[in-house]
Amino acid sequence: MPENTSTNSTVKAYQKKKNKDEMKKQLIAFASMIAFTLIAFGIVATESVDKMFLIPIIVIMAVVQVGFQFYYFMHMKDKGHAMPATLIYGGVWAALLTLGGLGLITWW
Amino acid sequence: MSVTATQKRSVGAVLWDYLTTIDHKKIAHLYLIGGGFFFILGGLEAVIIRIQLIKPENDFISAGFYNEMITMHGTTMIFLAAMPILLGLMNAIMPLQIGARDVSFPFLNSLGFWLFMFGGLLLNCSWFLGGAPDAGWTSYASLAIDSPGHGVDFYVAGLQIAGAGTLMGGINFLATIVNMRAPGMTYMRMPLFAWATFITSVLILFAFPALTVNLFLLMFDRMFGSAFFDVALGGNTIIWQHLFWIFGHPEVYILILPLFGLFSDVFSTFSKKRLFGYTAMVFATMLIAFLGFMVWAHHMFTVGLGPVANSIFAIATMAIAVPTGIKIFNWLATMWGGSITINSAMLWALGFIPSFTIGGMTGVMLGSAVADYQYHDTYFVIAHFHYVIVGGTVFGIFCGLHYWWPVMFGRILHEGMGKLTFWTFFIGFHMTFFIQHFLGLMGMPRRYWVFLEDQGLDLGNLISTIGAFFMSFAVIVFIINIFYTAAKGERPSPDPYDGRTLEWATASSPPPHYNFAQLPLTRGLDPLWIEKMEGNGKMTPAEPLGDIHMPNGSILPFLMSLGFFIAGFGFIYQVDHSAWYLALYGGMAFALGCMVVRSFKDDHGHHIPKEELEREAD
Ligand code: HEM
Ligand SMILES: [Cu+2]
Repeated sequence: MPENTSTNSTVKAYQKKKNKDEMKKQLIAFASMIAFTLIAFGIVATESVDKMFLIPIIVIMAVVQVGFQFYYFMHMKDKGHAMPATLIYGGVWAALLTLGGLGLITWW
Repeated sequence: MSVTATQKRSVGAVLWDYLTTIDHKKIAHLYLIGGGFFFILGGLEAVIIRIQLIKPENDFISAGFYNEMITMHGTTMIFLAAMPILLGLMNAIMPLQIGARDVSFPFLNSLGFWLFMFGGLLLNCSWFLGGAPDAGWTSYASLAIDSPGHGVDFYVAGLQIAGAGTLMGGINFLATIVNMRAPGMTYMRMPLFAWATFITSVLILFAFPALTVNLFLLMFDRMFGSAFFDVALGGNTIIWQHLFWIFGHPEVYILILPLFGLFSDVFSTFSKKRLFGYTAMVFATMLIAFLGFMVWAHHMFTVGLGPVANSIFAIATMAIAVPTGIKIFNWLATMWGGSITINSAMLWALGFIPSFTIGGMTGVMLGSAVADYQYHDTYFVIAHFHYVIVGGTVFGIFCGLHYWWPVMFGRILHEGMGKLTFWTFFIGFHMTFFIQHFLGLMGMPRRYWVFLEDQGLDLGNLISTIGAFFMSFAVIVFIINIFYTAAKGERPSPDPYDGRTLEWATASSPPPHYNFAQLPLTRGLDPLWIEKMEGNGKMTPAEPLGDIHMPNGSILPFLMSLGFFIAGFGFIYQVDHSAWYLALYGGMAFALGCMVVRSFKDDHGHHIPKEELEREAD
């Protein structure tokens, strides 16, 4: 199959480049997650930020980290992940509902 | 005819086969046997409760023992009888219905079963080791924390282990339905039972963690000196109730949704009609599951959450009646104008409709927060949930057993005995529980050891107990039926009911262990029926005949569960003597060791060669 080798090698090259891009994205996500964690610990330890801002900052960073986790490390950004995404968001929804309900009962 | 069924094998070989099996059909047998055993146990406990209440101020059993009875009856029936039997039916049928050769994770499937079995055994060991748990199946923390002895510790450890098994089962079914549907079997072509399995598994996945957390908190409080629920030390005992019902209400839907699916299949098969409103049925099931997470506080109306919280949860609760009503009307419409066959399976389905509807109606009554102050903790609640759980779940289980017995065991249950079981059970059920509505309205509280004379409760309780004897009789007839069928029952064709779905499209009854030699091609809803209507009579294969890859059996799931079982004893008894840490760490190490073996030992399964498949085909 000599005529196939050329297409094979372009496919290979394409795959290789894709893998490399993917790896880059993973590393960026990973590095930023570590950075977020360090920042979170840092601002709590140094007490440099007022509590009013501290809590929202940490919550936002947490949400972003969860996003990285789902979309990059658990590949929800890739095709064919509609069902996992539905289930994960279903779970998030059930959890929020429960927390919302409990919060409502306690503080309203 | 499959080779294994015709060969006589020694008892030891059969036992070893079942201990190591990872075939979904055999695991289903195990679930049915295990669940059936606990069903009989829970039934005996129920009869003892009813005998105690047969007359005023009876002293058939002591007050303390009575508390153990009611606790173990509820716990056993829900966690160890109903759920495992449902998991058994789902295991047996769902993979066939979607045209798969097994579940996604056969090893995990077996592990789930053995965890359930050992958890259930651990819980029941308490009877012989100083007394069973006695704080109710809900085990409210204010009671549970102060319960003396080790009873409640057994509840915690046993349910924790069994619950882990259930969670595994749920995850496995989800993965199976997402990934292993046969060619052409789109989501919207799945039979309702497969849909119900899917949605039930979602509920298991989201609800069980709340129970797990709750059990851990109680375990820490009772065994390791924490104070999550101890008010005297600054804890809050209501937290238990919230977490329990956040799990508990979805749990009651876990118990009913699979049967909704089953009844849909049964009505359509025996009415020879396509299910009326298929899409509405699917979405109603989803809606029930969705709303099921927003109503937990209707079990806590009298706790003192306040009028706002009570109103919100009351409205959400009543909303659930809407999708449930949609379903009931769709079943009626399915039968409307159909050519109906009434056999024992169909009888259970027909009996279900009025019985469950009464239970749903009293549910809506209870959902009115104001009225619930009157009903709460009376026999009215007992009547409500027995109407939905017995009239729905238990009727459904009997229906499923009669309907699918040929698929699961290759025999047909005796019709005459089946009908006798149904009628005696149906009459006994309504005798036992209908009168309890009125006992409750007259003020008879639940969970009381005795009632007093001449308060208008005597006759009602007597009738109720007699009803329980009718149900016991029915169950005994059913057990005789099983043995009779095993010895003398007729061997059916793979499709004895002129079925519509893929579990009736296998080569033999019971199906060969690879289910389908060639995966079937699904061309629409009720795939087998479509082929019959177009004159083919059987499914078109979606692939050429080829070698089939199947996984190998393993004893590891059994051993792992044994490890956790031993560790359970360690946890329970380490408060008495530190030597029990040996059992705790030993059991854990053993279970973890098994996991290591599992992870590092490569097992690529085996192939069934094409030639063998061809040989079995003729
Ligand atoms: C579909 C199957 C159902 C099952 C298996 C079920 C099961 C149960 C169980 C076990 C309890 C007793 C909890 C306890 O106090 O120990 C209960 C109570 C209750 N159920 Fe249901 N139920 C079902 C349907 C419904 C429906 C359709 C509604 C309302 C629309 C409903 C509303 C209630 C309410 C409000 C209570 C609390 C009563 C009280 O403790 O005072 N249930 N149910
Ligand atoms: Cu509920």
